This record gives sequence, C-alpha cells and structure tokens, in this order.
Amino acid sequence: MSAVVKLAWKSLMNRKATGILTIMTVAISVVLLLGVERIRTQAKDSFANTISGTDLIIGGRSGQVNLLLYSVFRIGNATNNIDWKSYQEFANHRSVDWAIPISLGDSHKGFRVMGTNHSYFEHYKFGSKQPLTFNKGREFNGLFETVLGSDVAKQLGYDIGSEIIIAHGISDVGFSRHDNLPFKVVGILAPTGTPVDKTVHVSLEAIEAIHIGWENGARLGPTPKAQDLKNRDFQPNQITAMLIGLKSRIQIFSLQRQINTYPKEPLSAIMPGVALHELWGMMSVAEQALMAVSSFVVIAGLLGMLSSLLTSLQERRREMAILRAMGARPRHVFALLISEASLLTAAGIITGVTGLYTILAIVQPIIQQHYGIHLTLSILSTYEWILLGFVQCAGIVIGFIPAFRAYRQSLSDGMTIRI
Amino acid sequence: MTITTPNVVELEDAQFFWPGSTRTTIHIPKLHIAQGEHVFIKGPSGCGKSTLLALLTGINTLTSGTLSVLDTNLISLSASQRDHFRANHIGYIFQQFNLLPYLNVLENVLLPCQFSKVRRERTHIEALSQTLDEQAQALLERLHLPNELHTRPVSELSIGQQQRVAAARALIGYPELVIADEPTSALDYDNRKAFIELLMEQANQANATLIFVSHDPTLEALFDRTLNLPDINQVSNLGALS
Repeated sequence: MSAVVKLAWKSLMNRKATGILTIMTVAISVVLLLGVERIRTQAKDSFANTISGTDLIIGGRSGQVNLLLYSVFRIGNATNNIDWKSYQEFANHRSVDWAIPISLGDSHKGFRVMGTNHSYFEHYKFGSKQPLTFNKGREFNGLFETVLGSDVAKQLGYDIGSEIIIAHGISDVGFSRHDNLPFKVVGILAPTGTPVDKTVHVSLEAIEAIHIGWENGARLGPTPKAQDLKNRDFQPNQITAMLIGLKSRIQIFSLQRQINTYPKEPLSAIMPGVALHELWGMMSVAEQALMAVSSFVVIAGLLGMLSSLLTSLQERRREMAILRAMGARPRHVFALLISEASLLTAAGIITGVTGLYTILAIVQPIIQQHYGIHLTLSILSTYEWILLGFVQCAGIVIGFIPAFRAYRQSLSDGMTIRI
Repeated sequence: MTITTPNVVELEDAQFFWPGSTRTTIHIPKLHIAQGEHVFIKGPSGCGKSTLLALLTGINTLTSGTLSVLDTNLISLSASQRDHFRANHIGYIFQQFNLLPYLNVLENVLLPCQFSKVRRERTHIEALSQTLDEQAQALLERLHLPNELHTRPVSELSIGQQQRVAAARALIGYPELVIADEPTSALDYDNRKAFIELLMEQANQANATLIFVSHDPTLEALFDRTLNLPDINQVSNLGALS
C-alpha cells in the first residue's frame, strides 16, 4: 500500500498548482477553525485571570454580570453608587479580611481613571493569585499623585514625573477636563495582561478633590487651586464598588445574603466566579455561532478539494488505464485517490497550523494592546487535536467520492484509453 | 511450430459481447499461440483487436467458450485474481503515451514491480547480484537508452525513446507474455523497424512470447506468424467496437 501512497504523492507533485491551491483552501479553513477556538478559550482564560482572590464584589443593586463588567473589566458604567458609610460598615465587618474601594467615572485619553486606596496595591490579585508589582516608582501618597497601568504608560509615553490631566466622564474633550489640577505620575505597574494595564489609578481623596465645583456633572462653580486643596481633608461620600476578601470562605453566603438584604441601601454582592460563569452562558450562543461558521468554512475547504479531485479524474483516465495494465487492481486506483485526498488534507492541516502560529505570533502584541487579551503560543490542546482529527477524517471520507468514481471508471474502462 | 511446444494462449469457441449489447464482438472458434512465438495480429480498425487484447489480459471475460493463458483458465478466475495474473505474467505496451508523466524513466520501468511480487522476485532470482534498479538500468541500456536519461522526467524523451521505456517496462521481471497494442503507430518507418527488432531481441532473451497487434501490414514480414483477425473472427466485419 505504501507504493500507492508514493504514487499518489508523485502524482500530486506533478499537479502542483492545483495541489497547492487545494492545500491553501484546507489550510485557511484550519486557521479559522483553530483561530476561533484559540481566541474563544484564551479570551475566557484572560477574563478568568483578571481577578483572583476576591470573594465578593459589592456595588449598587444591579445584575451580577453588569456589576462584574463595570467593576472589574471597566466595561459599561455603574448604575448606582454605594454610600461611603456602607463601605465602612462592610469593610469593618467581622468576617471581612480586607476591602478595596473603587471609584470610577473619569478618564484620561481613553483610559479609565480609578480612585482607590492603599488596600488595592496590597490585596488586589490577578492570574493565579499574583499581586500587583511596580515596574517603576511607588504607590501614590499625596493628593495629586497617580499610578499608571503599564499600557497607559507605554502608549502615551509617560514616565515617572510626567503630569497628566484627567477628564470628567469617559469622553476626553476640552470643556470637561479638570485642567487646573494636573496629576504627577509616581508609579508605573508591571504588565498584568488584565484591564489594570489600561487603568490610571489615583486616590479616592483626589477623586473627591477634583470634583469640587463639579457637583452637577459640569464645571459650574469656581474650582479651588491645588494648593488650597492639599490642606483640606477629603472624606469620600460615595464610591462605585468594592472588592472584599473574607477571613474564611465559609462565610461567603451568609455575608452575601446580609449585603443583598442590607436595609439602609439597595446593594448587590456577587461572587466573581459565578458571575463569570453567567457571562460565559450569555456568550455561548455567540461562541456556537462562531464555531458553526468556522465548521462551514472547513466544509467549504474540503468541498473545494473534492471538486478539484473530481475535475482531475477526467484528465487522468489514461493514468488509470496505464496503472490497470501494469496490474493495478481497481482497489489500488481507489486507494490512490483516497491517499491523495488524505495527503492533501494532511498537508492543509500542517500548513494551517503553521500559518496559525505565525499569525498568532504577529497579532499577539496587537490584541494584547487593543483588547488586553493575552494570547499564549501554547502547544495544541487535546481538544484542538480532536478538531484536527475530525478535519483529517472528513478529508478521507470526502476522498471516497472521487475514489469510488475512479474505481467505477477503471472497472468500465479497463485498459482502454478514453480521453 | 512443433507440437511439443506448449501453448501460451488457447482460445476455443470464444464468444464475447459487451454487456448491454446483443451484437457479438468476438467469435473465434480457435486460436492457439505457442510459447516463444512472435505473432503479428493485423486487421483494420473496428475488427475487434482491442477487445481480443482485453480478453487475453483478463480485463474482460468471455461470454462463452474457453480461454486459457499459460495453462490458467482465465474464466474461472475472479476479477481481482485476473488483475493479479496480469500483473504477474503479462507485459503490456500501449499505442503511445505509455508512461506516467509524474514518474521518471526508471520509476516508470519499475512500475509493474510495485503491483507484482512475482515479477519483483523474479527480477532478483534471475540476477542475484543486481538490485531492481540495476536490472532496470541494464534493460534500458540494452534498449539503447543511455544511463543519463534514467532519472529524467519522461516528458523530456522523444516518442521513440518513450516507446523503448515502455518496452523495458513490459519486459521487467520476465513476464511470460508480452502484448503490444500498435506500439509503433507514432513512429516513422525506420524507427518502427528498429523498435520491433529490439523488442523481439529482448523478448527472446527473456524467453517471452510476443503478441503484436497492428493495422500496418508492412510490419508483417518481421514476425514468425501473422494472423489476420478478420479471417479468424467470424463477426469481425460487423463489429463496430474495437
């Protein structure tokens, strides 16, 4: 049988142009199939890696996916704030180990500004419980000091000592800038592959300070000078959300119930893992649609191969007749066509996988930068091997159609050369 | 031809018509070909030459009558056994474009050995000291195809050279029967004669029986015996299929 495979290979080499085109169609479909699968799983990983070690997220009453998205992923906006008194009550709750306040709403050149405190640098964890580390500088201490995520610093070319202006709201336009109160960069965080990289961190007090005179959402009253503000003591009134870690995880459910039924303010407490799970549930339809599209592309690729094999059969009747005269049996002719289909598919898969890794290597930094999703160039997973196995099997099965036709042709033609 | 020489082909009361057709294509009461004979079968187009060859090579089977080739009753064999039989015992040369374009000269010559263990082994036994490749190369040399051509793609060869490669391929592994279906139709007269003489010489050396089919009567003189197919095929003048 190896003789037949060798013949099939040489025959294919003789029809390089169509062969390469066929291989390319299969390869492109494989790139798409694996690419979609990669992005799907890695986006999930990337999301799941964004937050770790946090037991509950508390925010104004809303759906858990919404709360998760705005508090952790900086997607969308908060529906409601929570009162500083509520924060203090739960931060000092007997089962709470630590609490991180988060205050969102301002931006700097497209990057979200987040007000928080020292607790954030100490307790916020991502990936597999990795803490935040500094590439340069230190935490903010003073009122008008800021710590930048690594992407912010890299993209806007900031370094320690740079001064930045924060804008009110998420659209950074002239009239909404807090331009009389510049912030000084005192620290730049190491890259995390999470939305932290795209965040400008300031203290909660600073958020309060820059909004003096902005109580109605725009600059109406006179805004004080930086020097005056530094001497005042700011106590935040409201924050957007808070992350808490418990002393013992056993208390999660009881605390969650307490928060959800808190009589003084309507609050929601969510478990990040559960909310993520709900998010996946919502995205699964889109995922399935993507997978369906890429499966159809694979089918289209294989049909392309089928049509090129079928077209070649007519002009290869002489070849079949010669093989028959040399003692090849119809089943050899059958095997020849199956081998061709298998070889084409295998070559397509190999090209596709190579192409995928090349493309991933090229787009990896771009995706990281624009979407904060970190694509790793890991080896093929079991599931991906199974997908490739399916493609190979489908290629072989499709090969049965021209093979059966060639078989019938060689039975009826025998050694008569028909052109 | 003496009575003691065994027959390679024995065809008796043979009738054949194509499936679906009611008209007989072949009706030959008797055709014997002895071992070592060089037989020239002639006849105009459409007299059943190709059909006869398809029967002798076991591609098609007789509708009625008996046919034995090399003492094997072809009618009793299954289709795949006949394919096997052909691979082992018959060398075949087509009219032209005999060679697979994607194999080089040597690979083309060795093609029958891919499908027949018998011919592969016979090549070894007959020439203990030589590999298959060396055997094929020696055969090509004897057919005046110099060494430097052996690894060339066949498309670079002239028609005459290609037909000699085809002859080498038909002779490799010492098949008992070599069948040539108008192999010289694309050659000019001088080349034709040279080709046939070379083919016969090598067939003799391999102790093979040669059946040569052509509509060209000028070649007749080169052969031991000539059979005019219309004379022995009783329906030949009606046959539309050949």
